[in-house]
Amino acid sequence: MSMNSGVKTHKRHISQGEKRGVGLYILEIVAILVFILFMMPFVLVVINSAKTAKEIIFSPVTLPANWGQIWTNVVTIFNNPSNDYFGAFIDSTIITVLALTVITLFSAMCAWSLVRNKTKWSSVIFMFFVAAMVIPFQVVMFPLVKWFKIMGDFIRIPMLGSYQGITFAYLGFGCSMTIFIFHGFIKGVPLELEEAATIDGCGQARTFFEIVVPLLQPTVVTVLILNGIWIWNDYLLPLLILGSAGKIQTIPLAVTAFAGSYLKQWDLILTSALLAMIPIIVLYLFAQKYIIKGMVEGAIK
Amino acid sequence: MKRRGWVDFLFIFPTALAFVMVIIVPFFLGIYYAMTDWDGVRTTLTWVGFQNFTGMFKEPQFIYSFLITLLYTVINIALVNIVGFLMSLLATSRVKGRNFYRAGFFVPNLIGGIVLGYIWQFVFNNVFVDLGNAAGLAFMQKSFIARRETVIWAMSFVNTWQYAGYIMMIYVASIQAIPDSVLEAANVDGANYRTRVFRIMMPMMASAFTITLFLTLTNSFKQFDLNSTLTNGGPAMVYMGKAIRASQLLAMDIYRTANQFNLMAQAQAKAVVFFIILVVFSLIQVYLNKRKEVEA
Repeated sequence: MSMNSGVKTHKRHISQGEKRGVGLYILEIVAILVFILFMMPFVLVVINSAKTAKEIIFSPVTLPANWGQIWTNVVTIFNNPSNDYFGAFIDSTIITVLALTVITLFSAMCAWSLVRNKTKWSSVIFMFFVAAMVIPFQVVMFPLVKWFKIMGDFIRIPMLGSYQGITFAYLGFGCSMTIFIFHGFIKGVPLELEEAATIDGCGQARTFFEIVVPLLQPTVVTVLILNGIWIWNDYLLPLLILGSAGKIQTIPLAVTAFAGSYLKQWDLILTSALLAMIPIIVLYLFAQKYIIKGMVEGAIK
Repeated sequence: MKRRGWVDFLFIFPTALAFVMVIIVPFFLGIYYAMTDWDGVRTTLTWVGFQNFTGMFKEPQFIYSFLITLLYTVINIALVNIVGFLMSLLATSRVKGRNFYRAGFFVPNLIGGIVLGYIWQFVFNNVFVDLGNAAGLAFMQKSFIARRETVIWAMSFVNTWQYAGYIMMIYVASIQAIPDSVLEAANVDGANYRTRVFRIMMPMMASAFTITLFLTLTNSFKQFDLNSTLTNGGPAMVYMGKAIRASQLLAMDIYRTANQFNLMAQAQAKAVVFFIILVVFSLIQVYLNKRKEVEA
């Protein structure tokens, strides 16, 4: 397991003195203690996922007697007739992939046009996108549901409880921040390349897809991570658009439905939490550098 | 160039359409609904003016939610930033394996509040109580999230655990941007560790503090996921002569007003007030921090 931080490690250190003093040893002990405290909840999830409900009540802190129980719990969850946990994984994946594709592509196109088309209108539109970032989800969520119902009836394409509806909603909620990040990057890209392409007879759309898009790559990674983690973990929007008992269910919805119907059955609730965490932890182990960089850059910009 | 015009239109249109349909229209509809008798069922709405706005301030649950949300926000701004800052000092020190720690502290941030809420509910209700019983510690024998005096602190504790690693990373990036020469010069001048942190590093990190304080302010104020699965608003208590829920933050109060009682217009009015408070607070915070940045 390689745990290299994404932020570049400098050879500079802030601690006192040049030699490894007593202070540093104390600091190292503190670091280990804080680390154990940070990891404790995860350890508890893992050890209790491998227990029966009875064993957990008997003692939640001892190691499990039989690690094989973890598999029994997983099978119980997947075989649950009233809660399609496996389906939720598929739905979450579909929704995240669709939303990320749409947000990234359309926001990049929009940001590029807003930067390159230097008119009063483009700066006004950009300002609107940025200003809307202060609007909290809570103030639009109820009208949004009603509005989606009206819209869906009008265009005869259901916007509630459908993939297209939630993807469209994610484009609306995700575009402000994404355009802001792309806008900042594209401003710094020299025009010469694009002008050369135009002189060579390359149309505007082709210039964008063949010249600009490859240049955007590092920013695309940032945007994918930032939006991906938000969408994967998002709860309220899927709850409102898809409903808590709808056909399409995301993982957070499935976890709450599951915990709601198996009140206090911690063996199964913790195993379902473990299953929900695994994909993102695995991704983190492989792409840790990019994830940290993406999330920090997204905040700073 | 005429062609530039309509290709730009095509490039901007999809995003602008989604933006208008998902944010702008619902936003203004929401302000309108807040002044009607909207209940989610009836089709014709009647204008009621500011009745919903004045009504919420007579509601014990709303007043209490408002107060504890302020308390929760203040606690979290302090806790998350102090812990995150100390961890960033640790993660940039000469401690062995600092990159490993850095990566580890970040993990809770990747997992959603919903899942973390259940995990910590288990930790508070089962693990801590079990340890309390085993050690005979009376204060741990009743769950911290089942007591109204401790529940906000328990939620803040979990939020700090979840969020401090992220805030740490922003501080780490900012510390690494401080030129070597500055800290070396301070070292040569005989500045001790504490002086270097308070007089040199912190002023040079002013812009990072603007960001982290903004993030912690808005995130704590908008807290919903963790609230709903960790405590679900509980435990029950009496306030102003009425039974209310001791850990129901504003975002959850808004949601429950609509979902549990079908009072859509009242919930929407609360959401509008919520929005205004959030904007005012964050503007004040950014203004104060920016002034500090200029001074520094």
